[in-house]
Amino acid sequence: MSSAAVTTQSATPATNAGKSVLARLGNAFVGRLVIIIPYVWLLFFFLIPFVIVFKISLSQTAIAIPPYTPALDFSGGISGFLDQLKQLSLDNYTWLTQDALYFNAYVTSVIIAAISTVLTLLVGYPIAYGMARAPATIRPTLLMLVILPFWTSFLIRVYAWIGILKPEGLLNQLLLATGIIHQPLIILNTYTAIFIGIVYSYLPFMVLPLYSALEKMDYSLIEAAKDLGCPPISAFWKITFPLSLPGVIAGCLLVFIPAVGEFVIPDLLGGSQTLMIGKTLWNEFFANRDWPVSSAVAVILLLLLIVPIMLFQRAQARAQEMDR
Amino acid sequence: MNTTWSRFNITSIVLGFAFLYLPIVLLIVFSFNESKLVTVWGGFSTKWYVSLFHNQGLMDATWVTARVGLISATAATVLGTLAALALTRYTRFKGRVLFSGMVFAPLVMPEVITGLSLLLLFVAVGLDRGFLTVTLAHITLTMCFVAVVVQSRLITFDRSLEEAAMDLGATPVKTFFQITLPVIMPAIVSGWMLAFTLSLDDLVIASFTSGPGATTLPMKIYSQVRLGVTPEINAACTILIAVVAIGVIIASLANKRREVQRQLDEQAAQRG
Amino acid sequence: MKSLGSIRRDFAPWNDPNAKPYIQFDNVTKKFGDFTAVNNLSLTIFEREFFALLGASGCGKSTLLRMLAGFEEPTAGRILLDGQDLRGIPPYRRPVNMMFQSYALFPHMTVENNIAFGLKQDGMPKPEIASRVAEMLKLVKLEQFAKRKPHQLSGGQRQRVALARSVAKRPKVLLLDEPLGALDKKLREETQFELMDLQQNLGLTFVVVTHDQEEAMTMADRIAIIDKGEVMQVATPAEVYEAPGSRFVAGFVGNVNMFEGKIARGEAGSASIDAGNGITIRTDNAGTAGAGTAVTFAIRPEKIKVSSKKPAEAVNAIEGEVYDIAYLGDMTVYHVRLDDGQVVRASTMNAARITEDPLSWNDRAWVSFRPDAGVVLTR
Repeated sequence: MSSAAVTTQSATPATNAGKSVLARLGNAFVGRLVIIIPYVWLLFFFLIPFVIVFKISLSQTAIAIPPYTPALDFSGGISGFLDQLKQLSLDNYTWLTQDALYFNAYVTSVIIAAISTVLTLLVGYPIAYGMARAPATIRPTLLMLVILPFWTSFLIRVYAWIGILKPEGLLNQLLLATGIIHQPLIILNTYTAIFIGIVYSYLPFMVLPLYSALEKMDYSLIEAAKDLGCPPISAFWKITFPLSLPGVIAGCLLVFIPAVGEFVIPDLLGGSQTLMIGKTLWNEFFANRDWPVSSAVAVILLLLLIVPIMLFQRAQARAQEMDR
Repeated sequence: MNTTWSRFNITSIVLGFAFLYLPIVLLIVFSFNESKLVTVWGGFSTKWYVSLFHNQGLMDATWVTARVGLISATAATVLGTLAALALTRYTRFKGRVLFSGMVFAPLVMPEVITGLSLLLLFVAVGLDRGFLTVTLAHITLTMCFVAVVVQSRLITFDRSLEEAAMDLGATPVKTFFQITLPVIMPAIVSGWMLAFTLSLDDLVIASFTSGPGATTLPMKIYSQVRLGVTPEINAACTILIAVVAIGVIIASLANKRREVQRQLDEQAAQRG
Repeated sequence: MKSLGSIRRDFAPWNDPNAKPYIQFDNVTKKFGDFTAVNNLSLTIFEREFFALLGASGCGKSTLLRMLAGFEEPTAGRILLDGQDLRGIPPYRRPVNMMFQSYALFPHMTVENNIAFGLKQDGMPKPEIASRVAEMLKLVKLEQFAKRKPHQLSGGQRQRVALARSVAKRPKVLLLDEPLGALDKKLREETQFELMDLQQNLGLTFVVVTHDQEEAMTMADRIAIIDKGEVMQVATPAEVYEAPGSRFVAGFVGNVNMFEGKIARGEAGSASIDAGNGITIRTDNAGTAGAGTAVTFAIRPEKIKVSSKKPAEAVNAIEGEVYDIAYLGDMTVYHVRLDDGQVVRASTMNAARITEDPLSWNDRAWVSFRPDAGVVLTR
């Protein structure tokens, strides 16, 4: 901003038109700062870290600080840097393919995330639909009620389920008391608990885009379909659902992508028997202190998610275009 | 539209909200449990709240979390607002695709990846893990959420307001501070609140990027949860929920009152 | 007095060769990417004129206004205001103010702060601002609304605030972008006259963009009809209506019947036009078009008479069949299909309550008009 002022000042003797052109140059620079500041921040704190992750995934584990070689060290100059490059290898990736544990963790994570996404959609769609059809006066309140859990801690919401799902927990107490079951159900520390946890935690992410797609829809379309002889169920599949597809896609991506790499839910609800890649990465890093292997795990996870993430970006960009 | 609010719709909403709220309600209820067993009701008591305030580790963590939240949310609001302006006001610039990618990707990026990559960055540049690194990490994550919130407001912003200001003699910089900023302020405030809560809630990224002496509340709760469910954690969670819920409810009630007042005003104006 | 002049009889600087132009568009072109919004356009506007840019949406009229305000720069050509080239001068340094179509009232400021905004930017002393704001509020009769926010006002009141804000700085030129577009019909008619009074009283130059021809005809001293980024005609409202310069202008402003034909025989302004199928039109307004020229004969509906019998004295009378009748209260519109298939529109004022010789659907009828009733167009 100061440079803009300086430019304008120095141009005072110039003609009126010339002065304003210079002032505009100054303003253009101020305008550029709007882009440059967040851009540089994200480059440094978001993009470069990925490059480092990739580089370290090619390094060797070492008992040192930091626990890998070659350490990123620029003191050796260019020749030193080239020397470091020679030490990089694909060993960690070979290791990942050789140990069935990693492969299974990847596959299970994708399957669990996919099933959970479908379940979340099944649970979330009726809620979003009911909200979109609610009287306009109470819709804002309903919307707030959906958003509110999102504001409360993820960790706390997952933790709340432990007390409900454990063998002597509230759910089993209720079912035993009502005589529906006679033996406590084992839910905690199984994949079922993970499904419940993911559906519960990510439900608002599914409901919100669905709701905004359904709410925008003109209800007279359904009336027109019925008027033309289409029964309600068929009107839903032929009119409502196709028109809500952008919301369905956005919601599914918002659930699926983070669910694949989820750590808290499998850790707290899934117990030690369940296998998910986010947990594997965490354990490699914190328990085994194997930074290169956990970096390699992260790189492969990222490759796995790059297509869904790009789909998400495109959906976002398109939604923006439509709002304009 | 009222006629279409059928029994099916009401049922699905009631069941859906029961599913969303019952676990939280139960958690709060059992924080007032006399018994040490979290799942068996043994009478009403507030003793866990008392013991909470004597738990120095927990109080320290709360203080760290609050400071990280305040600083990171404020910085993230500035950066996120700039990013939103860049995205909506500059439809063409070099690397715009990469830029919008970097803004949107953190929204869905698994936290373990973000956490690990930030940690490796801090190690590579030789920054000691602690308060500063958690704060930097939270700024990076939450600025993207702020950007999305502010951007959605900017998209519907009537550009002729800015043109009118310039037409009346305000320079672009003055126009921004006197017109644009006040008009989008509600979105910026809700962006800040979102950033603050996200920072308050984050476990995974904080675990990676934090160091000794900078243990945040979620990290503290997590380490205790791993040892088992206790009413004391329930109490800590209840307080955290209460703080956030009260903030959000007050904000949205104030918002709603403004909205209602506005509608009344508009109706009155139409009547003359 | 025979005239197609302006409504303000003593104000016609465009007919004065010595009058100094106030706003000049000199071969202005504006391109947005591949799209040419304004194409090599030249236009002159005089001081104290109420000038209207009339055209369909997307014709480039708003772009002209925005270039004058400084929101867009011409791709080529130049714009002069009072002899000064405006190129490179940002909007906030131009002595021009604009009233926006959406009004663009600042939602977070009261009415008086909205009006004071421009004055504050100029660093005017506070007491002066206060008195100017009070004066403006009085001018638009909103004194008791000074402390209200824009959302607490009705549409008509908002329009007045926007107007007061844009004239508060006493700009050399006031630009109005569809100033009455958002008002309902009744309010719009009232406001038209208020705008005209205001312009007279303040002695400002007004440039108004509108797509509503009635609005342009009512308010403007002169109208520029714009199509595809080019000026089709610049003239007073009466000239535009009664002496359109081209087929486009004749068709764009009001209703018109057009006959295609060739000049058959012509001498000193009057001519016979052979319109085919045995129809010959005699006119006094052929201008310089010589024999054999392909021309269009254009005639307004209200200048055509419809009768069941051929009028004995009529120079031009063509036979046809009543095809459609629309009774509108103050007038009746007839659609008569001529024997060659062309449909002619004729309107008759219902001066008497009861018609002597009522025509009905499918009746044989004659359409007739005087030789000076229509115009001959070559473009």
